[in-house]
Amino acid sequence: MNRLSIPIGPDDHTQGDRTALLTLVEYGDYECPSCGQIQPVIQKIQKHFGKRLLFAFRNFPLAELHPWAEAAAEAAMYASKHGKFWEMHYLLFENQERLSDSLLLELADQLGLSSSDLSVALEKNTYRPRVRTDFDSGIRSGVNGTPTLFINDERYDGLLGFDSVVDRIAHVLAASKV
Amino acid sequence: MAILEAGTIAPEFSLNVTPDQKLSLSELRGRPVVLAFYPADWSPVCGDELSIFNEILPDLLPYRAELVGISVDGAWSHDAFSKQKHLHFPLLSDFQPKGSVARSYGAYRETEGVCERALFVIDKSGTITWSYCSPVAVNPGADGILHALKAFPKEGSGE
Repeated sequence: MNRLSIPIGPDDHTQGDRTALLTLVEYGDYECPSCGQIQPVIQKIQKHFGKRLLFAFRNFPLAELHPWAEAAAEAAMYASKHGKFWEMHYLLFENQERLSDSLLLELADQLGLSSSDLSVALEKNTYRPRVRTDFDSGIRSGVNGTPTLFINDERYDGLLGFDSVVDRIAHVLAASKV
Repeated sequence: MAILEAGTIAPEFSLNVTPDQKLSLSELRGRPVVLAFYPADWSPVCGDELSIFNEILPDLLPYRAELVGISVDGAWSHDAFSKQKHLHFPLLSDFQPKGSVARSYGAYRETEGVCERALFVIDKSGTITWSYCSPVAVNPGADGILHALKAFPKEGSGE
């Protein structure tokens, strides 16, 4: 059984209550179509469990497969630095089919962030080490594709539909209450 | 059929690595080898195990380890698949007689006629030091491979 090597910590991008009983961690790639497809499912799951669930997103760009995945992840880290991680996160997934350097700058603009600062950060790979930290923790945890989900630190190997994931989470929740 | 376990001598093979070139296990003697058996090229997921192995190749350099993928697909399929996925490690074709190498490692699924998702780490003298077979629907991650390699000395440049 594969377990999350590094639990959710202060450096993670999270939504929900830090003290929640349930945690859901997604390792994802902004250019991966399967990650794009699961995006609304994740949001529905968050709505379903409300405050009982803490969600974290970690970067797992498959750069050999997806030429813009790394830059997109770095753009999200840049937005995070300016307190707009989730805004950028959603925009990147919404626009995943037309990712490009100019689109990343455009999205920064749209969020009221300096596109020239982003341009410099991308050129200098300022946020690459931060993205690498996520990626390496994923490798050590047995991430086996994108997206890979961990429910209460345990890798989820089931189907990626709403019902399947919710079933599993409910099961974990029931077990943790015993 | 159970897969070969640690301590076993890795069975020799010679398989097509391109349509007109063969690669033998003995040619890789002297460096650690990672064998990744997998069921088929063109599986419908985009970020599968091979894509992940592709991303960890830099982590194999310090050990001078060679990673090779093996399935029953033909060399031309491997060629196209490898190009599409931008794979930077060789894919071997266990095509004729079909699955014979996988069988010798205990990593062949007779019913389906494909390889298991099985991983083997082989030391530089040709002995298996770690093996793992995952449920065929579940991609293994790369953590097991990296953990097994840690037992070997780092001797590469790491570049």
